Amino acid sequence: MRLSSGGLIDRTQPIGFQFDGHDYAGFQGDTLASALLANGVRTVARSFKYHRPRGIFSAGSEEPNALVTLGTGAQTEPNVRATTQELFAGLQARAQNCWPSVDWDVMQVNDLLADFLGAGFYYKTFMWPKKAWEAVYEPLIRRAAGIGKLSGADDPDLNEKAFAHCDLLVIGAGPTGLMAALVAAEAGADVILCDEDATLGGRLNAEVEEIGGQSARDWAAATLARLSDMANVRIMTRTTVTGVYDQGTFGALERVCRHLPPGRGKRPVDCFWRIVAKQAVLAAGAIERPVAFRNNDRPGVMLAGAVRSYVNRYAVSPGRAVTVFGNNDNAHRTARDLLAAGVHVAALVDAREGAKTDLAVPFYPGAVVERVFGANGVEAVSIRTAKGRERLHSDCVAVSGGWNPSVHLTCHLNGRPVWDAGLAAFLPAPGAVPNLIPAGAAAGVFSTAGCLASGAEAAGKALLALGLNAANTTIPQAEDGTYDITPLWQVPGRGRAWLDLHNDVTVKDVRGAAVENFRSVEHMKRYTTQGMAPDQGKTSNMGALAVLADVTGREVPQTGTTTYRPPFVPVPIAALGAGGRGMGFAPRRLTTSHDVSLSMNAPMIEAGLWYRSSYFPRQGEATWRQSCDREVAMVRNAVGICDVSTLGKIDIQGADAARFLDFVYTNTFSTLKPGRVRYGLMLREDGFVMDDGTTARLGPQHYVMTTTTAAAGLVMMHLEFVAQVLKPDWDVRLISVTEQWAQVAVAGPKSRALLQDLLGQDLSNDVFPVMACGPVTLAGVEGRLFRISFSGELAYEIAMPARYGESLFRLLVARAEALGGGAYGLEALNILRLEKGLLTHAELDGRTTAQDLGLERMMAPGKDFIGKAAASRPGLVAEDRARLIALKPVGPVKQITAGAFLFEQDAEPVRTNAQGHVTSAGFSPTLGHTIGLAFLQNGADRVGERVHMVDHLRQITTLCEVCEPVFFDPEGGRTRG
Amino acid sequence: MRLTCPNCGARDLREFTYQGAALNRPEGDWGESWDAYVHLRDNPAGPSQEYWYHGLGCAAFLRVERDTRTHDILLVALASGGAA
Amino acid sequence: MRFSGLRVLKEGLTGNKGWGPHWRDPAPKPAYDIVIIGGGGHGLATAFYLAKEHGLRNVAVLEKGYLGGGNVGRNTTIVRANYYLPGNSEFYSHSLKLWEGLEQELNYNVMHSQRGVLNLFHSDGQRDAFVRRGNAMINQGDDAELLDREGVRKHLPYLDFDQARFPIYGGLLHWRGGTARHDAVAWGYARGASERGVDLIQNCEVTGIDIENGHVTGVQTSRGAIRARKVAIVTAGRSGQVAAMAGIRLPIESHILQAFVTEGLKPVIDNVVSFGMGHFYISQSDKGGLVFGGDLDFYPSYAQRGNLPTQEHVMEAAMTLMPMIGKARVLRSWGGIMDMTPDGSPIIDRSDIGGLYLDCGWCYGGFKAVPGSGFALAHLLATDRPHDSAAKLRLNRFRDGVGLMDEEGTGAQHNLH
Repeated sequence: MRLSSGGLIDRTQPIGFQFDGHDYAGFQGDTLASALLANGVRTVARSFKYHRPRGIFSAGSEEPNALVTLGTGAQTEPNVRATTQELFAGLQARAQNCWPSVDWDVMQVNDLLADFLGAGFYYKTFMWPKKAWEAVYEPLIRRAAGIGKLSGADDPDLNEKAFAHCDLLVIGAGPTGLMAALVAAEAGADVILCDEDATLGGRLNAEVEEIGGQSARDWAAATLARLSDMANVRIMTRTTVTGVYDQGTFGALERVCRHLPPGRGKRPVDCFWRIVAKQAVLAAGAIERPVAFRNNDRPGVMLAGAVRSYVNRYAVSPGRAVTVFGNNDNAHRTARDLLAAGVHVAALVDAREGAKTDLAVPFYPGAVVERVFGANGVEAVSIRTAKGRERLHSDCVAVSGGWNPSVHLTCHLNGRPVWDAGLAAFLPAPGAVPNLIPAGAAAGVFSTAGCLASGAEAAGKALLALGLNAANTTIPQAEDGTYDITPLWQVPGRGRAWLDLHNDVTVKDVRGAAVENFRSVEHMKRYTTQGMAPDQGKTSNMGALAVLADVTGREVPQTGTTTYRPPFVPVPIAALGAGGRGMGFAPRRLTTSHDVSLSMNAPMIEAGLWYRSSYFPRQGEATWRQSCDREVAMVRNAVGICDVSTLGKIDIQGADAARFLDFVYTNTFSTLKPGRVRYGLMLREDGFVMDDGTTARLGPQHYVMTTTTAAAGLVMMHLEFVAQVLKPDWDVRLISVTEQWAQVAVAGPKSRALLQDLLGQDLSNDVFPVMACGPVTLAGVEGRLFRISFSGELAYEIAMPARYGESLFRLLVARAEALGGGAYGLEALNILRLEKGLLTHAELDGRTTAQDLGLERMMAPGKDFIGKAAASRPGLVAEDRARLIALKPVGPVKQITAGAFLFEQDAEPVRTNAQGHVTSAGFSPTLGHTIGLAFLQNGADRVGERVHMVDHLRQITTLCEVCEPVFFDPEGGRTRG
Repeated sequence: MRLTCPNCGARDLREFTYQGAALNRPEGDWGESWDAYVHLRDNPAGPSQEYWYHGLGCAAFLRVERDTRTHDILLVALASGGAA
Repeated sequence: MRFSGLRVLKEGLTGNKGWGPHWRDPAPKPAYDIVIIGGGGHGLATAFYLAKEHGLRNVAVLEKGYLGGGNVGRNTTIVRANYYLPGNSEFYSHSLKLWEGLEQELNYNVMHSQRGVLNLFHSDGQRDAFVRRGNAMINQGDDAELLDREGVRKHLPYLDFDQARFPIYGGLLHWRGGTARHDAVAWGYARGASERGVDLIQNCEVTGIDIENGHVTGVQTSRGAIRARKVAIVTAGRSGQVAAMAGIRLPIESHILQAFVTEGLKPVIDNVVSFGMGHFYISQSDKGGLVFGGDLDFYPSYAQRGNLPTQEHVMEAAMTLMPMIGKARVLRSWGGIMDMTPDGSPIIDRSDIGGLYLDCGWCYGGFKAVPGSGFALAHLLATDRPHDSAAKLRLNRFRDGVGLMDEEGTGAQHNLH
């Protein structure tokens, strides 16, 4: 029911919206909740388990009941709190978890079965027959569970993430936060002031009181205006600080344009902030808690402070005859404000003996509301006094069981709140979060004057820590009322009294859990699901804890504490994962030949973060295999060009560079002559192979190392570790030059001719033998040439500064094509190396030793190197370890597949008989059959034997012959040619 | 979490990678000291001596004393022992 | 008391007055045959199988806090047997078989649901590795199915097949994998052990381990000294601290693994899905929350909480893999303490001290191992011989290098597994 005057709404701006298909109107400044109340809509949701009708319970993000679905199609947004959703024109909301409608829900039959559905009932049944759980019960439960529904369509909205830094982060802009921000800002601190609400002021917007001689709201607005004018203040409205992380890092969710109609253009809906603050003031206020009594879940039962919010801020009365029920002074304000707004107060019920009031209302001191009547909403209340029971007509119960300071953020670093018996509430543990100062209501200060002073004091402390001097900011006069409370958590009596409204946890459930020995608060929560709902028990955990304390005969602090984990309010995955969609997930590393390769129609494939050409299709080639076979033949018979820039390149210099390489490689590099290249093997300290590659000595104190593409980063980090940590006294400097050099392989019998012609220099074996390297000049640009081969052919790799990479590749491809060759891709590269038994990370899988690979001779004796000691462990040198071998098919089945296992011919293919596995396989056009590399127990001694290769997944069994792991040109004559 | 790199100042956790307990590499053949170095850990619940790598910064290896219960950073120095 | 639908019905009709404690709360006796330190999933399961399989009932489980309060109470509830190295293969295979009859064995509905675990792969190399894994699973007698891209699309049409940074090549489907209700597993074992006479002692912190002449004689606790012939340390997450009381230095480093749950949603994800390139996996609980996680935070910690970079990375992976979950909201995040070993595989073994046993190093795979670990440790405690399924989970494999089970091939750096 909308009141005729008052409120912070703009009555000149009516806004039309829909709820469950019905048209309604509200005003600018309304939330969906206030607009629904204004239109007399009481039932807005159904509860999780019993499907009981539920109404709006709070006026903030703590709301347990009023979760609705917004929007349609891909824009569908489930589980939106009606209490924080600002109204906008055309807003479409729907009730959730009900069918056919929120007013008449088939599943409310569950409520009749409540005696069978108590806490944890599902652990005791649905076990027979055995198969029925997955076939019958679980699908039914899954369908019934859940609340809102995702659309199933890709999220179409934009999201953003950002960083911010400040001297002081003020969390909450009520009286405490505004005062803290003002004091700090006037002293010159860089301040960020965050508040959940669109309008700063916190409770000041919901209360009737004065600050400094003006209305509290006006003071808030004036203070905001002052802050807005200061360059060192950043005000972030609609921004909830969601989590506290280490060293002053905070997460915050800014709802950038959820208050606007869909079609918001290019703006993100949310922005997730990481705010780094040297100091912080927690001015997050407090959250009111209810009292549990029979049927206290009915629509119309509402927190007393929320009733004031609706009356004072939104000019809406949640009822026509309101019963105010509380155990503290604060509840009386609700009766006062209702009277002032002209709303009938049916009764003011104060549980405290001897409570007094001056208000002209029916007053019941020392009494309680025992139950409410009405199946679909409150119609009457039963008040129990010392004299007996009285039934009153009333359609709304404003209940206050006291206030819980919002300690949530102080728990995020494992702080455990401390019980304050006087306030009957938990307070932040001192020093729970370094450099975060709780103040105001969050610290248990419940008067406005107290909050202003507390905010100023907190800012003062922060300024001191920041080394800034406080200016003389005056603290205005304000209400300094008392907060007297006598704890009351539940009204004893028959029937069900609710604690967790969303999850349908009642006092009986907690009692039952205790009987079943779930007496630890953690057990109780897990067994009953208390506090696990979307509201995370913000209004109910304290009451449940107190009830548990009561039924187990303990005091609250002995029973446990309420604690909270991040986030303070639920955060959309899209916001925390902003930027991750599609290609945004990881950087793309492109070689300088990328565009040329694309123009040659090469399919690109991912190699770590890199993209590499898979193959270069030519006219008439219908499959990748045709292209691959042709490219292999091209390299074997003419010349092929392949961009190998993705291999890691590390420049190593210094007087101790040679010594350094001797230490990180198993073999020796100090004996390598300048102008020569050597293949090196690198172990991890645990003795297994980390990586391999070639390293060239460019000068006496200058090497350039190549690593595999996959291990480039790892090797770089490892080398830095060795240089900085293990050998800090050695003179060696490292830098990755992977991206500075474009490097291209020129491979095949015609490679020398191509390069001699191109470079205009003699590359004959006498001048530039196998494993030679040296400077070259091409078109006036200085580059490097290496005579190394990953194909088994006469081959070179030429490196030029990356800015010439594209032209280098174009030039080489054109020259190669003129000689009957051309570009080749990763597929052909793989076949070429397989034919030669050369290794990739399919073989160097982190579990292989040098000996497994047949490289034990590369372990140089007489020097220390990384991994040497561990490589000598018995398990690493055992004779029966699997060794690298090659396979060829010798039976009717010709397929060899990577990932298949090897068995003796007559053995059953089960784990205990497995003797090895295939690491890589492919069709060799050179040999005319499939080949594979594999590890096989005692493999080196079994050449010529026949084994079965079994790929269960693909249902392939192939009879294979064990071969030496070099099929092509085992003598290496072609490489040296 | 934030670490104050002696070279670069206070930086976010995402610039660093943890590189293991700060132990001294033994010498000689495989034996108990090697097993302890490669495998065994004090794994303290409290102040812990560790190496961190500022890989997305200056590439320095840092020797960090950090409380594993609270993530408090007690000390950061260059692992090489050099001054910043 | 036997639980059944009939019992729930009868109690419902008579005011639910007949329910009793799930477990007794006994005072600690001065001595036991066997003391198990740690009342988590593994410790409770060990106690249960000691009583049930070996008739050993003079057993106490000592728990510092509340039963099931360790990692069994904070995990992502996945149950699977998809390992490929000997040692792990037979162990997890055995554990899965125990899962498959657990409700009936415990008379407790742990809601074990074989919804299928689907591991996606995104390159030829990853496919080959998954083929090896799948073949190893079949070698072991478990199930695996290789799906191509279209096969994955049939099961998971909501994945982003078109724009993903790492395109989906296919997946390895393990139908017998799935999820269970984690707390119920602890409670079911606790109830079963307690009913069989095991003393479950909560709020009882072990402060010392008594050793005489190289043999364990008992423990000191916050509730007094307790003598024992055999003591088992089953305190994953705190293994190092407890073992240190016996002067043992373990090959373990404790790392943080974060996990997340969203608000309840109507069914949208049927299986357990894991993203091979992004360290992201997800399932949906019976209550409707999406339960998901990613990789370690990669630094040692006992704080049971993590930091934003890992959280953001997990969410970014979620968005690139399945952009339809963008509007689901993260309700709660938490961190578990993982016992990370040098090869990423667990330890169930005797220690060098007589009568002192170790069950630790579960890395991030402890939940699915609960039945298998309890069964194998009970066997070891009762017979002093390792159970066949766990014979390779040796403590000394690191020292001698024999039978290392480095499934990820990252080597002895604890933080890389």
